[in-house]
Amino acid sequence: MAMDSLRGKVAIVGAADTEVGKVPQCGATALCVDAARRALDDAGITKDQVDGLVTCNSMAEPHMYHAEAIAEYLQIFPRFCVSATAGGGTTFSVLHHAAMAIENGVCDTVLISMADSLRTGLSREQAMVLQSSTGHPQFEIPYGATVPAYYALIAQAHMDTYGTTPEQLAAVAVSARKHAALNANAQMREIISVDDVLGSRMIADPLHLLDCSLVSDGGAAVIMTSAERASDFPHHPVYVLGVGEGHGHEHISQARSLTTSAAVESGRRAFKMAGLAPADIDVAEIYDCFTPVVLIELEDLGFCKKGEAGAFVEAGETALDGSLPMNTHGGLLSHCHPGNPGSMFALTEAVTQLRHDAGARQVENAEVALAHAQGGIMSSHATLILGRERDG
Amino acid sequence: MTEAPLKHFPRPTPETEVYWEGCRKHELLLQRCTQCSEFQFYPRIICTHCASEDLEWVKGSGRGQVLTFSIVRRAVSEAYAADVPYVVALIQLDEGPTMMSNIVQCDPETVKIGSPVQVIFEDWSEEISVPQFRPLQE
Repeated sequence: MAMDSLRGKVAIVGAADTEVGKVPQCGATALCVDAARRALDDAGITKDQVDGLVTCNSMAEPHMYHAEAIAEYLQIFPRFCVSATAGGGTTFSVLHHAAMAIENGVCDTVLISMADSLRTGLSREQAMVLQSSTGHPQFEIPYGATVPAYYALIAQAHMDTYGTTPEQLAAVAVSARKHAALNANAQMREIISVDDVLGSRMIADPLHLLDCSLVSDGGAAVIMTSAERASDFPHHPVYVLGVGEGHGHEHISQARSLTTSAAVESGRRAFKMAGLAPADIDVAEIYDCFTPVVLIELEDLGFCKKGEAGAFVEAGETALDGSLPMNTHGGLLSHCHPGNPGSMFALTEAVTQLRHDAGARQVENAEVALAHAQGGIMSSHATLILGRERDG
Repeated sequence: MTEAPLKHFPRPTPETEVYWEGCRKHELLLQRCTQCSEFQFYPRIICTHCASEDLEWVKGSGRGQVLTFSIVRRAVSEAYAADVPYVVALIQLDEGPTMMSNIVQCDPETVKIGSPVQVIFEDWSEEISVPQFRPLQE
């Protein structure tokens, strides 16, 4: 299949988030179904019109056959049914596969719904141990690294190689919070300063508490269909213009580089398919589980030269009035982070921005958005380029 | 250490048994490809460079340098809480490959990228000894 084969071929015609933060009245399975219900309503269709289903597994309520369990719960009987075992980049990888399934005529209408309850469905220690199980069971986990510590390893390397400062890392968290303050649904909305970040508790040097994303309950879902059908739905469709993946390693101790990631490959592939360049992006929703991740992604996706993302964020370029408004919903740092479903909120926000429905946080005249997800420890990357118009 | 039994014990697999048996004897064994002479870590059934299946075990120098590190202030679980603050690091071995470990027997604040380190072994049980590193006094 040619690299440009999916450009403008599929569209997102429904998108919705559940309540996020602490949602104790819903288990993880129910949250996934709640997200699905909301996305179906948004698209103006019934569950019986869905013939493809994509989910991700849950840590709080795991199912060995997760997508099948959700299909059964909803009593739908899809022709295409897959779940991502993990989160981050795999979220957009399975979306990529669903887009190919639509393009190949395997199915017409795919519901992608992901949710988890890391906040109230698990104890704090359970959530930490489960998330850190991304480490190698023989050669990493015995050493007691937490997920923040794994990411601290790349932060320290980026600081050592490029002179990135703790203040520049903090600027990423400050930028996210500024946007969350404009988003009534965000979990953390109180404005913070660089000093607040640097003054927060050290978790794993050089990462402070406020350099780390939230621990949340929540879910989000989208409805994807062929571009031909996209105008039959109530909202302005959002077209997939480009999608690309890059897979560098699973375990950080095996990384080809600590400071350059497979976002280089996923970004290049997505831009090539879209026929666009970083300068064409009006708004970027970029995976921000920890502040240093954002800097490496901005560089690897081509928004900055290597080593310059710290200064870019510090200069305010990622603010709503900057050259690249970023994480306009507040991101994983301030909106919510329920683990595996995290990237979905970047996607629903990109859709909201391209529909011009983002209210106080709307990027004016946003035509093209980029959403980037990574998972593992900078391991699995996927980049999506979305447009308000089919031909970008 | 009394809390050691609660830590995450490595469970050797067929391709890593020799490595862990070496650790039990306080020797850091590495795989070297007999075809292309490259070292690799972690142990595998094929060479990551040339895909040869003809690998030999060699006793490594046990020396390397700190490629990157973090001081963990909040332990991953109760089993590791007594060790806080502890250093998790990636060590580039003199033979070439990189491995994760802890840097021990030093003030965590003194660890630096590029510092030379030497392997030591912590006995967790009769069967399992875990390689860790201490600063190398030149």
